[in-house]
Amino acid sequence: MAEERTRREILGKFAQFPCAAMLLACCGPLASLAQASERRYNAKDHYYGMGIQVDKCIGCGRCVEACKAENDVPREPFYFRTWVERYQIRAGGEVKVDSPDGGIHSFPPTEEDKDVLRSFFVPKLCNHCDNPPCVQVCPVGATFKSQDGVVLVDQDYCIGCRYCIQACPYGARFLDPRTSTADKCTFCYHRITKGLLPACVEACPTGARVFGELKTLASPLRRMMRMSKLAVLKPSLNTEPKVFYSDLDGEVR
Amino acid sequence: MGVSKLPDQVVRLGVLALAAVAATLYARHRFVPATFGELGHYRGAAVGAAANRKIQYAGAAQCAECHDDVAGVKAASYHRTLSCEICHGPAARHAEDPEAQKPVVPRERGAACLYCHEYLPSRPTGFPQIIERLHNPVKPCIGCHNPHDPKPSQVPESCSACHAQIYRIKAVSHHANLSCETCHTVDARHRQEPRAFLPQKPTAREFCGRCHSREAKSPPEIPRIDLTTHGGRYLCWQCHYPHFPES
Repeated sequence: MAEERTRREILGKFAQFPCAAMLLACCGPLASLAQASERRYNAKDHYYGMGIQVDKCIGCGRCVEACKAENDVPREPFYFRTWVERYQIRAGGEVKVDSPDGGIHSFPPTEEDKDVLRSFFVPKLCNHCDNPPCVQVCPVGATFKSQDGVVLVDQDYCIGCRYCIQACPYGARFLDPRTSTADKCTFCYHRITKGLLPACVEACPTGARVFGELKTLASPLRRMMRMSKLAVLKPSLNTEPKVFYSDLDGEVR
Repeated sequence: MGVSKLPDQVVRLGVLALAAVAATLYARHRFVPATFGELGHYRGAAVGAAANRKIQYAGAAQCAECHDDVAGVKAASYHRTLSCEICHGPAARHAEDPEAQKPVVPRERGAACLYCHEYLPSRPTGFPQIIERLHNPVKPCIGCHNPHDPKPSQVPESCSACHAQIYRIKAVSHHANLSCETCHTVDARHRQEPRAFLPQKPTAREFCGRCHSREAKSPPEIPRIDLTTHGGRYLCWQCHYPHFPES
């Protein structure tokens, strides 16, 4: 974006001179052509993942709201592409997890409870597994891992058999009641292919969500992965999730 | 030895096999979608369909292109990591055509601020939080805090910032014109650390007597009592509420 602005500024300065305006008229279409070609998206050059810094999440639910608005996720009944869970771990080892309306309106206050040892929020979404069980079970090939590592659903080809919803160990999928097809997080595929961030990352006020390239060393995600103690959800299932959590409590599953 | 020499049953089987192959090919062509298998075991066109959805959130960089004044203020504030559209709602249509859509402006109390700043014990330590019920009730947040440049809690200028209920009741009482410091001695540090430096309260009947005893040199319209006989062993504020004495 910075590059673009400087170009704009330069062109703006050019426009101050009448003769330069002629030059601009000739070069304008050329410049936009060049811009289009450098923007052309090649899925093979990318491999996406997400990092979630649990200790930064404040449970405001703005990611849930942004996801629903961006992806036209049904408001009611409460289906979610991403949601936030509140964990409360008591002294006896009892774990209470709640997520009222997916956390979209933040969370109700808890009663003063001296027994709660620790409490925190965990945002969840499709883990975009490298070894996705949902893709394995789809009988028609309507859900698949694209070349850039994003697990997508073919809305026109899905037969709504719900096998993938059952197969997902993270509960990340739902059946859209309007189309009777499976739906889930796409990492906002329409945004990332245009160089934008997923809506939940854009909306996160504390930077708890980090999105970026997994295979490029110079990416915010790789930096976060270098700097943090990483964990994934349910590693024993060998799904190889591409959503990495930092400072994740052992009780989270 | 020509084709005619082939046994009859082999020719018939061959024709049948050819027909089966043709039928399979036709069925494949008919039922398998055009781009299936191009990139893998899925419809190649589905990737494009996923990428061609409409964008709703324009992104903070887009907003800053026109609203650079606000973006500049915000970039140096505690809200620098916040995207504009967290509070103002998705505004991609507004970015394309400013007249087509006006982003929401949450001005009412609790319209946007409390999602993040209402107190929840699960929030990370140190994150600025308030208890909405107790924090200057009824006043809109933006009356005191600029959302584009929020400041951490400032030293309150008057006692009413925290003791609003007392302030309001005193304002309609006969004690309205008395400042808090008339009766309370307040350490200046009380404003920074209210619990560590508690203000002093009057401790003796003689304190009220400075205005209300018969001997007091106060204006004559102030009600007088005889300190030695009035109220017996009780302290003044055990019967009269000093912030609303006529009650």
